[in-house]
Amino acid sequence: MGVVRESQERERRVGIAPPSLKRLIEKLGFEVIVERGAGEAAGFSDASYEEAGATLVDPATVGSYREAETAEAWTADVLVKVNPPTLEEAKRMRSGTTLVSLVFPAMAEELLADLAKRGVTVLALDMVPRISRAQSMDVLSSMANIAGYRAVLEAAQCYQGFFTSQTTAAGSLPPARVLVIGAGVAGLAAIAAARALGAEVRAFDTRPATREQIESLGGTFLELDFEESGEGGGGYAKVMSKEFIEAEMKLFREQAKEVDVIITTALIPGKKAPVLVPKDVVDELKPGSVVVDLAAAQGGNCELSEPDVVVEYQGVKIIGYTDLTSRMATSASRFFSANVTTLLKECGGAEEWNLDMENEVLRGACVVLDGEPLPPPERKPMPEAQPQRPSMRPAADAKPAQDKIMSPTRRAWGTTLGSFVLVLTLFVLGRFAPSEFLQHLTVFVLACFVGWQVIWSVSPALHTPLMSVTNAISGIIIVGGMLQVGGGALESGELDLASILGAVAIFVAAINISGGFLVTQRMLRMFHREDGR
Amino acid sequence: MNSEQLVVAYLIAGVLFIRSLGGLSKQETARRGNLFGFVGMAIAMAATAFHPRVDAYLVIGACLVVGGGIGAVVANRVAMTQMPELVAILHSFVGLAAVLVGISSYLAPAEELEGVEQLIHLVEIWAGVAIGAITFTGSIVAWAKLRGTLSGRPLLLPGRHALNGLVAIAIVGMGVYFAQHPGTDLALYLLLGMTALASLLGVHLVMAIGGADMPVVVSLLNSYSGWAAAAAGFMLANDLLIVTGALVGSSGAILSIIMCRAMNRSILNVVFGGFGTGDAKAPAAGAVDQGEVQEVDAEEVGGWLKSSKNVVIVPGYGMAVARAQNAVHDLTKNLRDAGVNVRFAIHPVAGRLPGHMNVLLAEAGVPYDIVLEMDEINEDFDETDVVLVIGANDIVNPGALDDTSSPIYGMPVLEAWKAKRVVVLKRGMSAGYAGVENPLFFLENTHMLFGDAKSSMTALVAAAS
Repeated sequence: MGVVRESQERERRVGIAPPSLKRLIEKLGFEVIVERGAGEAAGFSDASYEEAGATLVDPATVGSYREAETAEAWTADVLVKVNPPTLEEAKRMRSGTTLVSLVFPAMAEELLADLAKRGVTVLALDMVPRISRAQSMDVLSSMANIAGYRAVLEAAQCYQGFFTSQTTAAGSLPPARVLVIGAGVAGLAAIAAARALGAEVRAFDTRPATREQIESLGGTFLELDFEESGEGGGGYAKVMSKEFIEAEMKLFREQAKEVDVIITTALIPGKKAPVLVPKDVVDELKPGSVVVDLAAAQGGNCELSEPDVVVEYQGVKIIGYTDLTSRMATSASRFFSANVTTLLKECGGAEEWNLDMENEVLRGACVVLDGEPLPPPERKPMPEAQPQRPSMRPAADAKPAQDKIMSPTRRAWGTTLGSFVLVLTLFVLGRFAPSEFLQHLTVFVLACFVGWQVIWSVSPALHTPLMSVTNAISGIIIVGGMLQVGGGALESGELDLASILGAVAIFVAAINISGGFLVTQRMLRMFHREDGR
Repeated sequence: MNSEQLVVAYLIAGVLFIRSLGGLSKQETARRGNLFGFVGMAIAMAATAFHPRVDAYLVIGACLVVGGGIGAVVANRVAMTQMPELVAILHSFVGLAAVLVGISSYLAPAEELEGVEQLIHLVEIWAGVAIGAITFTGSIVAWAKLRGTLSGRPLLLPGRHALNGLVAIAIVGMGVYFAQHPGTDLALYLLLGMTALASLLGVHLVMAIGGADMPVVVSLLNSYSGWAAAAAGFMLANDLLIVTGALVGSSGAILSIIMCRAMNRSILNVVFGGFGTGDAKAPAAGAVDQGEVQEVDAEEVGGWLKSSKNVVIVPGYGMAVARAQNAVHDLTKNLRDAGVNVRFAIHPVAGRLPGHMNVLLAEAGVPYDIVLEMDEINEDFDETDVVLVIGANDIVNPGALDDTSSPIYGMPVLEAWKAKRVVVLKRGMSAGYAGVENPLFFLENTHMLFGDAKSSMTALVAAAS
């Protein structure tokens, strides 16, 4: 397997990070060659790769006439990269190699045609179907998570105030108000990060199903007084109707008057990003506010944003960085690399390598197979609201149903009936039984009640010692045995059968008593508190 | 010692026994409680020794010393994982003693009785011997099942309820005849025959109960052994025996009730249910595609544990079987030293004896104040980063709350799935003893760490340090 340096400007990530190497080499059986300096920008030294078992090779020298020979890593069986290779770089690849990288096939027709001509197999990480099983291979999700988090940090960097509220001797400040538009993976990560910084967060999404997720992260879900679900399948939203968008814009204009930071994360697959923050919304923002546009590379959610720069408009800073993930290259590479590793495991690892086209995940990701371009697989019709997994988690209010089974009425009837029978029996006994027996009975019933009261207060942690101690105490039957031995038996000079039985009873009860008490003592000695008391 | 002094001594012993049980309510006073019980027993025995009827000191002393010595040796040798077996076998001794005392009391009654009093005495003997015999053989079977000598699978004879009913009717019927013809040879044979029948009944009753229901059975037998002692007290007209028997009897009954409530089953369902047969109807949820489980290795889990704030460990019988408690303790200690708040969640029916998990953890040195009960910790799962489920299954099954077709529907469970991550340590994908699929394993925040609990835990200790 080859791991190469990224050539794209601003790209700092690397396809495979050293922490994944152990799994790749030991579990999946790959031999890994890494170009020197491949992980440098992401904070992984060459030494760390070597230590983890990879072989270092010199990077391909661009433009050198010997380029093809020096590009050892490029000619490996499996080539892992972050970004798609440039047309120049593609020349280094050989037939039979499997390329694993982001590809964005819709925008890379020329490259794919070229790779197909070279007989390369291409697994596009961005085409991994968004099904629950493939979640651990979903690079887009893990990168979106990072981008969302970083967007908040970038906003905080530009914003000239506190995110969290302040109460100091010099005065008090309210928390910053953050509006997150689009509650996909990136949006949710942004909500969580902004909340963690102490900001007040509101979020909007066209898909009503996101409400619960937003609220679970401590954000407020903004209601739109309009009925239309934006569920577009695959975790994305669809394009909304004109009326809807008008209502939406009205909401954003109102919100813009209040909020300090807007983070937009709205992407619709295969289309130019929708404009959600047009100029007139920015006009409503206070000077000093910040807009972070995560969709700047796809045309931008904000009318005024420009890729890779910070635009200033009437005191509002509009951030259009497209390299948010590269700004966290270490973490991003680790996630990326873990996702890729799982995908390679899905392929069977080095030893049982098999690109099974029946496999939904691999079929989705594979855009070129052995030089043959593959059309995108037929998309399975998505169910209406597709949860990530069939929700088997009980609802929070599942409890009442449970309580019903232990019906209090049933229990009360049982108790009443039981007491009734008991009282009746006692009356009958009182009528016929001799007084001495009744005395014993009184003692017995009272003792039952005392036992009942005392035992309920025993801590469940002590139930085992309780058992062994009651066990020892029930050895009191030894008294019965003692009374049966002798009893005039010795007068005749020998033990009768009754005495022998009594003696055996004493013997077994004695085992019980000493065994029970001693083992209880042993157990209780083991219980100790953390502070040693 | 005259009889008034004897009564006072017995009174003192009785009070000490009550205080003994009361002392066990808290860990702080538990040891004192045990001491009270011991002193009470000593007083009772000493006082009895001065009873005018007792004179064969040599025989009594010899039995006491030998029996006591055996008990002491056993108590010191037994491993904590074997506690359930020990408790079960000790119960059988009480049952045996009750049978012997009963028969002996029939052969040599303390005083000559007439009329109703004699009738009552005979009924007492009959009941005492019957309960004692059931306790005796039932406990032996429970002991064998807990040891694994007998299979934990319930033995379900055809028409077993009818069989039990017949035996019960036979015991009562023979009793009627026995009470009317005391002193005859036939009556003695009847008594012995009934003992045999009751012994068979005890065997059969416990054989029909699945291995995992043994906690209920053991506490039920505990209760029986108490009633047997109380019955002996009635026949010997001894109040101390009655009081003690009643205390023990209600104690065992309460423990059984607690266990049954924890499983949301009635005591009759446990005793006659033949539960956990494995051929219970397939859960309806099985028809739904459960999806796949996510596997994980110890190293990754170690990383999660280290970076967590709150960790809850849910131990089950699997931990006891694999004897993993020491590794669990090591992990707990390392993580707590590193500032991770590790706590334990104990389900009332975890293990094979009420409170079994607590004893095992205490043996390994886990402080008891971080070992919490279900009700104390269920609310906290929301704020828990990682839940480690070690060899437990049904007690963390979310189906118990919402799947009405599940055999364990309605059983209170530990709501582990509310945590951010759940890691289940398990040998394989087999169902729990209730034979129910556990949807927890298929949730997106659940990861499976397959393997023997002990080796997995050892790997975790290394990975998390």
